[in-house]
Amino acid sequence: MLKILKYSFYDLMRSRWSYVYFAFYLLLGVVLLFLNNDLSKAVITLMNVIIVLVPLIGTIFGVMYYYNSKEFTELLLAQPLKRSSIFLGQYLGVALSLSMSLILGLGLPFVFYGLFESSAIWDFSLLLITGTFLTFIFTALAFNIALSNENKIKGFGYAILLWLFLAIIYDGIFLMTLIMFEDYPLDKLSLVGTMLNPIDLSRTLILLKLDISALLGYTGAVFKQFFGTNIGLIVSLIMLSVWVVIPVLRIMFKSKKKDF
Amino acid sequence: MVSIQNLHKKFNKNVVLSGVDLNISDGGIFAVLGPNGSGKTTLIKSILGMVIPNEGEITVLGENIKKNSDYRRQIDYLPQIANFPSNLKVKELIRMIKDLRGNTDEDQYLIELFKLEPFLDKKLGNLSGGTKQKVNIVLTFMFNSPLIILDEPTTGLDPISLIRLKELIQKEKAKGKTILITSHIMSFVEEMSDEIVFLLEGKIYFKGTISALKTKTNQPDFEHAIASILIDNHA
Amino acid sequence: MERLFKYSVLYFVVFFTNTIYSQTIEVCENCTMSSLKDAISYAKDFDTILVKKGTYKEHNIKVDKPLTIIGENYPIIDGELKGEIITIVSDDVTVDGLFLINVGTSYTEDYAAIRVRRSKNFTIQNLVLEKLFFGIYIEKSRDGKVFHNKIIGDAVEEYNSGNGIQLWYSKNIQIEHNFVQHVRDGIYLEFSNDCLIKNNVSANNLRYGLHFMFSNDDIYQDNTFENNGAGVAVMFSKRIKMLNNVFKENWGTASYGMLLKEINDAEILGNTFEENTIGINVEGSNRITYKNNNFISNGWAIKVRGACYNNSFIENNFLYNSFDISYNSKINDNVFDRNYWSNYTGYDLDKDGIGDVPYRPVKLFSYIVNRTPETIILLRSLFIDIIDFSEKVSPVFTPDNLLDTNPLIKKIEW
Repeated sequence: MLKILKYSFYDLMRSRWSYVYFAFYLLLGVVLLFLNNDLSKAVITLMNVIIVLVPLIGTIFGVMYYYNSKEFTELLLAQPLKRSSIFLGQYLGVALSLSMSLILGLGLPFVFYGLFESSAIWDFSLLLITGTFLTFIFTALAFNIALSNENKIKGFGYAILLWLFLAIIYDGIFLMTLIMFEDYPLDKLSLVGTMLNPIDLSRTLILLKLDISALLGYTGAVFKQFFGTNIGLIVSLIMLSVWVVIPVLRIMFKSKKKDF
Repeated sequence: MVSIQNLHKKFNKNVVLSGVDLNISDGGIFAVLGPNGSGKTTLIKSILGMVIPNEGEITVLGENIKKNSDYRRQIDYLPQIANFPSNLKVKELIRMIKDLRGNTDEDQYLIELFKLEPFLDKKLGNLSGGTKQKVNIVLTFMFNSPLIILDEPTTGLDPISLIRLKELIQKEKAKGKTILITSHIMSFVEEMSDEIVFLLEGKIYFKGTISALKTKTNQPDFEHAIASILIDNHA
Repeated sequence: MERLFKYSVLYFVVFFTNTIYSQTIEVCENCTMSSLKDAISYAKDFDTILVKKGTYKEHNIKVDKPLTIIGENYPIIDGELKGEIITIVSDDVTVDGLFLINVGTSYTEDYAAIRVRRSKNFTIQNLVLEKLFFGIYIEKSRDGKVFHNKIIGDAVEEYNSGNGIQLWYSKNIQIEHNFVQHVRDGIYLEFSNDCLIKNNVSANNLRYGLHFMFSNDDIYQDNTFENNGAGVAVMFSKRIKMLNNVFKENWGTASYGMLLKEINDAEILGNTFEENTIGINVEGSNRITYKNNNFISNGWAIKVRGACYNNSFIENNFLYNSFDISYNSKINDNVFDRNYWSNYTGYDLDKDGIGDVPYRPVKLFSYIVNRTPETIILLRSLFIDIIDFSEKVSPVFTPDNLLDTNPLIKKIEW
């Protein structure tokens, strides 16, 4: 598996898309910091970008890589290699190279800006951790979609739909549900609803840092326990890990059954 | 070498193989023939473990291939469409496959044979179809495995390379290897193969030498023999 | 022999000073005056009582003549939880440098560590108060000073705890450089006018850091209010000036940096509201000027709960608040002008430092959260941004004349 990972990673590191992605984040970091000169504001803007863009790029890149390397995968399948290691290797290759573009692209401008002397370093690290989680989750989801759909166009369609659903539509339905049932105690429901969507989950993690003052204004005891203590942070991180593990397991399962 | 019992495979509702029994003995060149969609590639991919059968058993060199990947060390496979990661250089691809399967020196000789030296430092994405196929051939023949499977090996090759390929196949045969070929080029098949396996509607219609086929169909030459099978069965 | 000598020297000194100046009476464990009470009854008007280091178990000490009581190295006056410790009923009294501990707790009487009743020109300074019920209680008095005191309570429940510094029907009192924590209200003013509250730190109190009721024309400035049950409450008062105070980390369900209720004609200038659940909660308050304040990382910078007219919000910085302004009605009679909003996304093409597009500080989402509080969990979701945007384009739920037509492009520095 490590060999496949190595080659997929090298392959992607040489792809111009990795550089585009890297350059985009580098530019974003530089623009936010040096034109604006306001670290807190930069972190907030970055958060919005990461929550929306990282999942989108993760899904599209994952699907694209899978379809593009289909023949290569077939070449590998004829080699004495386990299927699970071929797909896990490729998956990790994509996820790692995307995460690296993200971390380096955003990290470099912030380091040059003097992040290490700033109090924003924790917010910023949390941002990068969340971004990395999202990359791993959405690349895995993309591989799942691609593994289940031979048709490229369909695969892309589903990938975009998945993103659209989790990034926007889900929250719309969520909001409607909360408003419709506003006469009932809702704090458990709203927390569970958050856990079921990795984008909302990462958003919560960031809210814990940026909007704790507002969150503590709410009365519910469950809410208070979740946001007022470290439980929120711990539960969110565990749930994010679950969100990585489940799609990865499905990749392994699905790849064992699939015909090429 | 390869033994297949009662192999069934369908994709969704589309039955591709329905009860294939096949024994391929050690040594010699076997051509798998059949009209489009008769299940040639599916059969080969089943042997390689890339297609998972609904039913049936396949053994390669006495090993059941189910849930096994190590037996593929005994197989050299030339896939039909050679499409490699476009960012890799030819040299790197060869090094990588060696890295995955074990070292060999055979590649030097093959690169010379197919005149690939000028392309070694080029990226695979920039190569022509024929050159890619040559790289594909190098990757296949550089390991010394007892079973060689070639899926449409002649695609895109120029006449000189074609001759080189034929020589190469004959040489491997002389070493006592078993070679499985699919091809649409009848002259190529006639020239190379010792025995043919004819697939029709998911079953083996005929297995034997070319002369046996000619006798069976009462046709003077190979191409007509094949054609007559198809006409008889569609009439 | 030695003892006799000591006494004769003391007698001489006392006799000597008494005849020429007002005298100084020393109190110590081995002195003739071994208790503060004795010294007070012995002293004449305008004498000075010097209390040496030691522990004095006394309560109900009544200061009924103009005296200066000075502690040396913080002598401890221990009330043994029996009642009030010092009560001042005379004008011109100074109490300085004592350590008052163990005030009695009662549900019928407000025992204080030190109380001033119907007096003028008093000074209470450099006291340390611990284990108290009420700290410094000033009733019906005027022209006093309360400086440099340190009040550390151990209040747990509101109903059986008292306030750090309490003013009742008093006038012209200066309260400066005090440090109050862990009591009910840090500083409490009721019916007290013309007072100055300056440079105090009021933190970790159960209810309010500072609490005004029915008090007019007071100034409070340069104070820090941190981590109290709910910052500062200003209620039913007129013409209060609130200058350069810091309100920090007042977190909780009903918590805010400042509560304004029925306040008219106040000035709120140069304050900093940082990381409060609500920066300022305003109800029924009119003609208030908010200028040059910093609102940083609050849940809600300003929550307006109706019946607020003629207020103006000018040249404030609103930085990274979850919500800048929240309204619960569609009517707006307040002015927002030349503020800096970090959430502003407009542009400034003519480079005059003022954004070319007006800013709408009230978001649709803040309206939704008011209605269904649980929806707060969707804060910063892309979906919410989209509906906020559509509301911005055509306001339906929020007051459509509520906008800052001159939003600044750069943070205001002063």
